[in-house]
Amino acid sequence: MIEHALVFGFAAVSLALLMNLWRLVTGPTLMDRVLAADTMVINAIALIILFGIQMRTTVYFEAALLFAMFGFISTVAYCRFVLRGDIIE
Amino acid sequence: MNLIVEFVISTLIVLGGIFALVGSWGLLRLPDLMARLHAPTKATTLGVGGALIASMLYFLAVEGTLSIHEILITAFLFLTAPITAHFIAKAHLHGQPESVRALPPTGQSRGWSTFDTPPPEPAAEDSPAEDSQR
Repeated sequence: MIEHALVFGFAAVSLALLMNLWRLVTGPTLMDRVLAADTMVINAIALIILFGIQMRTTVYFEAALLFAMFGFISTVAYCRFVLRGDIIE
Repeated sequence: MNLIVEFVISTLIVLGGIFALVGSWGLLRLPDLMARLHAPTKATTLGVGGALIASMLYFLAVEGTLSIHEILITAFLFLTAPITAHFIAKAHLHGQPESVRALPPTGQSRGWSTFDTPPPEPAAEDSPAEDSQR
């Protein structure tokens, strides 16, 4: 049963990533693109987790944790750059 | 593996996939950025949370060990999603000057905190250089 659920999960998250890519390419404003990139990072974390379940290994959790941290830090740094013109003042 | 555990894990994976899909569909569909912010920050985060809980239950059932990594990732994502949304909304509001006039009045003596600097504290009146140090 889990195998079929994993297939559905992979399909759903991949479709979500494609939608985010569409918003990243066609986003009318700059912040739309930042939001799309941030959502892509979150969806990539979900994909890594599902892949770890399928491979029956816990090795990929470190990768997911690193993705979460760098996604958050890069989004905040970009927003801060747009707001203040500088990241670390 | 127990059939009930398997069913619960499958349900969580499917629910997580559906939530991630709904979040991205909302990102694609909603009209402007302030509306679009709602979909990824709520639905997609819930979707990742479902996948992480499914993974935690799976490795608890297969290996018998409770791994703490998933809780760490879930807590980190649930803590950082509002901060990210706040920063994106703030950068968006400051990017277009006409959004100041579009805001409703606050009904108080001070304006919206994103645009107006707060009134100085009574004790801080003798240090006017405080604003420039920010």
